[in-house]
Amino acid sequence: MLEIKNLHASVVDVEDSEILRGIDLKVSKGEVHAIMGPNGSGKSTLANVLMGRPDYEVTDGDVLFEDKSIIEMAPDARAHLGMFLAFQYPAEIPGVRPWQFLKSALDSKAEARGEDKMSVRNFSKLFDEKVEAVGINPNLVKRSLNEGFSGGEKKRNEMLQLEVLQPSLAILDETDSGLDVDALRIVAEGVNSMRSPERSFIVVTHYQRLLNYITPDVVHILVKGKIVKTGGPELALEVEKDGYKEYFAAAGADA
Amino acid sequence: MTIETPPAAVDKFARAFEKLSSDKSTSPEWIKSLREKAWSAFSNLGLPTKRRGNELWKYTNLRPLADLEFSYGSSGSVTAEQIKCAGPWDDAWDTLVVVDGKFSSELSSLNGTTGLRATSLASAIESSEGDVESQLASLAGKEEYAFTALSTAFVDDGAYVSLGDGSELEQPVHVIFVTSGASESRAVYPRLLMNAGVGSSMTLIETHLNLADTPQFSAPVIEILQDGGSAIRHYRVQMENEASFHIGTTRVSQQGDTDFTSTSFAVGAQIARNDVHTLLDAPGANCTLHGLYMTNGSQHQDQEISTTHAKPGGSSDQFYKGILSGKSHAVFSGKVIVMRNAQKSDANQKDLNLLLSRGAEIDAKPSLEIYADDITASHGATAGHVDRDTLFYLQSRGVDEETAKAILVRGFAEEMLNEFEPPTLFDFVERVTDERIPVLLAESDTIGTA
Repeated sequence: MLEIKNLHASVVDVEDSEILRGIDLKVSKGEVHAIMGPNGSGKSTLANVLMGRPDYEVTDGDVLFEDKSIIEMAPDARAHLGMFLAFQYPAEIPGVRPWQFLKSALDSKAEARGEDKMSVRNFSKLFDEKVEAVGINPNLVKRSLNEGFSGGEKKRNEMLQLEVLQPSLAILDETDSGLDVDALRIVAEGVNSMRSPERSFIVVTHYQRLLNYITPDVVHILVKGKIVKTGGPELALEVEKDGYKEYFAAAGADA
Repeated sequence: MTIETPPAAVDKFARAFEKLSSDKSTSPEWIKSLREKAWSAFSNLGLPTKRRGNELWKYTNLRPLADLEFSYGSSGSVTAEQIKCAGPWDDAWDTLVVVDGKFSSELSSLNGTTGLRATSLASAIESSEGDVESQLASLAGKEEYAFTALSTAFVDDGAYVSLGDGSELEQPVHVIFVTSGASESRAVYPRLLMNAGVGSSMTLIETHLNLADTPQFSAPVIEILQDGGSAIRHYRVQMENEASFHIGTTRVSQQGDTDFTSTSFAVGAQIARNDVHTLLDAPGANCTLHGLYMTNGSQHQDQEISTTHAKPGGSSDQFYKGILSGKSHAVFSGKVIVMRNAQKSDANQKDLNLLLSRGAEIDAKPSLEIYADDITASHGATAGHVDRDTLFYLQSRGVDEETAKAILVRGFAEEMLNEFEPPTLFDFVERVTDERIPVLLAESDTIGTA
């Protein structure tokens, strides 16, 4: 599904700003990969580079999604292929209602794929179902997108969008940060209910906490822009116990 | 204040004034004298020009207006269909239509609403109806302001609306000021004189349309006198063609415990000025002056918004939003004066702008002039671009860049559009906005770029 080959990325127009320093990673259909790392390791950057955030440029390597290189594609084209990024800090957008915005997103996707647009009636039905499933306050989604939402509400709203858009690869960028246990459980339930042999996840997190609820197939430790260790779910528990300290040496002397 | 008079401009107006004076030789003496005094004021003032010391016109250059040649032919013809196509229309509303400055009884649609007197200003003047003599030009025309002097010198016709004590209208009253299609340029000075009786309430919509594609000059003057306890919900839609000059003046005086709540929607004209002043003349008067302006190409939009708190316990809320593209220019000049005895006043001013291009320019100067010591006040102005992070957020969900930009611009306008409560009016301003956004974005160069 996703193949990352020797990926190097820097901040656009900033010299010596390399953040990703040669990442190799393969995510197969139906797998859940966790990427863990200390602050400043580049894990959030990786999530954003995969989605095509214009603040970063790929300086070397490649990213293949279903065997096609995506690094020259606009973020919306990647979304049309089936990729999704749940943001660590979702944007607040005054005057834009979630309903309208998600309908536009689905319409754009259908148009790009040459499929029929969903009728307003069917979309409304889907939307209402998902609002209930995610447990988001129905009054909230009538307001401006994310404006005045609490941290937990914003993350639930990200889950709502994930549920409606039904991507084949969902990347969660520290979706657990700032969440209380209840909200964390909701995010995890959302992900778990969407797990399927056809859908993959990349869960980026600093703490092992979220992984109590979402059991990953593979865990990667990212330090200083490189993956220094890959293992099974037990690797997350080791990090929880011992911290990231021992991995710094493995990231290279210049790190 | 030093004002230079371009002689050619005054000459042009002088010929027209002579013609009006001879045409209207049988008018009541009071109106002839009002015109003479105003003409004398205007001929001393001349058209304002942009020069040092003239703060009111610092950012707005009227040279193209001074250079324009006007004709003073009779009114052109306009059909009901044209008006209904060009602006908002609802059969349930009481609608007064003013064509090239003249009230048209054929095009107007009055429903005989109880408590409402709505008629041509010319007939109200000729018969010196009600308090017309004491009210006309009582708010606009006596001050040292060239365009109200000019309008008063040419005062002739327009609309007269009088709402009886205690009358509460369910449906809006709509006044349409329309300039007919013409190859030559006309100067028109339509007026609306309106008074709202004690405890009355109504919705007033004014729409400024232009069916010509040639440069026209319109200087409408609106005077609204509110008796105690009255409430007016006011909307103003300005859609002149982009070759034209629109210098609008609104003057409101509010007695005790009145509400004047106004939202303006301004998208038209080459040079447009929306000059509004509310006088809170008795305790407990509240005014809300809001508006949305959108400019592109080489348009110039000037919002000159002021409120005087003359008595205690009043509130004023000025809030404007602008969306600018191309090489357009907008001005927000907000002023609040709180007089010495106007204690416990509350005054807020805000102007937020979205700049879509490098060539667009906003001059925002909110100002408070406070002589009382026990008041609450705030003011602020911002100018920003569409946020790149927000754009990425929308794109990451699959919305293409153009649509994402349109969603964000529309989102910026949303809260102002939502103030247009009558459904027919909301649908109209929403449609105009949705048609306008792609035009603004086509001239945009500051978003989505690194």
